[in-house]
Amino acid sequence: MLHGLLQLYSMQIKLYLREPVAFFFSLAYPTLLLLLFGFIYGNDPAPDFWGRNFGTVDASVPAYAGIIIGTVALMGIPIDTAASRENGVLRRYRATPLPPAVYLIASVLMYLTVALLGMLVLILAGKLVFGLRFSGSWPSVLAAFILSALAFYAFGYLIASLASSARVAQTIGMVIFFPMMFLSGAGMPIQLLPEGLRRISDFLPLTYVVRLIQGLWFDDALKTVWLPVLVLVGTLIVGSVLAARFFRWE
Amino acid sequence: MMQEQDVIIVEGLRKSYGAIKAVDNVTFQVRKNEIFGMVGPNGSGKTTTIECIEGLRHPDEGRLNVLGLDPQHNTHELRERTGVQLQSSNLPNRMRVGEAMNLFSSFYRQADDWRPLLKELGLADKQRALYSQLSGGQKQRLFVALALINRPEIVFLDELTTGLDPQARHATWDLVREIQGRGATVFLTTHFMEEAERLCDRVAILDHGRIIALDTPKQLVSQAGIGIRIIFKMKKQDMAAFQPARIGAIDGVRRVEQQEGEVVVYGQGDGLIGAIIHALETARVQICNLRTEQPNLEDAFLTLTGHTIRD
Repeated sequence: MLHGLLQLYSMQIKLYLREPVAFFFSLAYPTLLLLLFGFIYGNDPAPDFWGRNFGTVDASVPAYAGIIIGTVALMGIPIDTAASRENGVLRRYRATPLPPAVYLIASVLMYLTVALLGMLVLILAGKLVFGLRFSGSWPSVLAAFILSALAFYAFGYLIASLASSARVAQTIGMVIFFPMMFLSGAGMPIQLLPEGLRRISDFLPLTYVVRLIQGLWFDDALKTVWLPVLVLVGTLIVGSVLAARFFRWE
Repeated sequence: MMQEQDVIIVEGLRKSYGAIKAVDNVTFQVRKNEIFGMVGPNGSGKTTTIECIEGLRHPDEGRLNVLGLDPQHNTHELRERTGVQLQSSNLPNRMRVGEAMNLFSSFYRQADDWRPLLKELGLADKQRALYSQLSGGQKQRLFVALALINRPEIVFLDELTTGLDPQARHATWDLVREIQGRGATVFLTTHFMEEAERLCDRVAILDHGRIIALDTPKQLVSQAGIGIRIIFKMKKQDMAAFQPARIGAIDGVRRVEQQEGEVVVYGQGDGLIGAIIHALETARVQICNLRTEQPNLEDAFLTLTGHTIRD
């Protein structure tokens, strides 16, 4: 079965990379945003904003992790999964001895790989173009990224299951993702939002992804990020239970 | 009656969708190495039946046994030993043919080398082609290849030739016979009567979720008691003077119809044609274009169900 899992995983990655729109949103879009705003604002330390050691690019790279995770989880997964169900691809897999759980594991691993790849491209661009600064620890950031991704992926699968078609899944995903991208601090610094809107952001799970990854990026101290960790673990559990409950093969 | 060589046993199968009884108390057996066909109009319950047997749907009631396995509980083992071609399924558009074969091979304990299989199915030069670039017929053949990849003991083919042109359909029939030649059992559904008649060893006729007849195509036709049709033409003046009652009186004739300058005699019996010709000669009626038509499964279906398969 491991052979099947690996084959399916590598096939899924190839298929994902052959899809130009998905490729653009997960791999190119965040990096293009970084280049755009990096050239406008530069990366000089902004003490009032990010503390004395960090500039706009240093703060944007961990925040954009939220964009990458959000696009993969709320657009990529719902659209792909609902479309595969709609056109009978899932049925075809189901008629083989491949256990359904293995199919889902391979897909989740693929989406995780794609998101990490997007993050890697973003970090490289930040490093090479703007001299990206980092004062956390890589393992913590990686673990935070994986936790955040899995928590959001569960909701991606839930949307796919609740939507009647790929079009509906796409609409739901966009309606959830785009406001959240701007209100969570992922797309723009939360400090730029008026007080009232900032209070809304406290209720958005993506806000905690940004807080967690940014927090660990600046300073590897668990005591400052325990709340985001708690929120995201809770999101992961609730999301997984709901996704497992409602998942449909046809 | 259950026999030792039965590879599929279905007893009292029922499945409803809401108020609609899709399959209503269906019982039959499929014997090892036969080509078993299930025919019926759309909505007659063919696909529901085959998908319950494949373990893709859960029956409401009934007992199923496939290769000694319970499709509901030994699903994994069943999938290892059977091959399935589904009516409405697809592969990802950007998957290549060769990639699909590699991938699906990896799902089975043991799988054949798929290259000869693709060659046999006329897809050898399509290995690099994307799924989305294939024609309808090529997609069907790819699905047949996927269904055969694990050398299955039973192959399920659901509406295999729907959407194929006549040439591709005949090629597919040869392929199905070849699958049988390899020692596998074939269970297929179709709504082409000609296909069932020419391809299947035994045919179950399904209508409104029930099996209304099950036998060899030949037996089904003869049991329907339709008899043959004798058709001929005659000159206009003869047609005016023609007295159908004379032919109707011949032993074995059931009915005489006149339609568009042709006379159609329905009947049964060995000396029927001779007797008709004799009667016509005695009456000095000249006929031409005499031909006889044997009843086929389509006629049997009409007789058994009271409607044509397309109704």
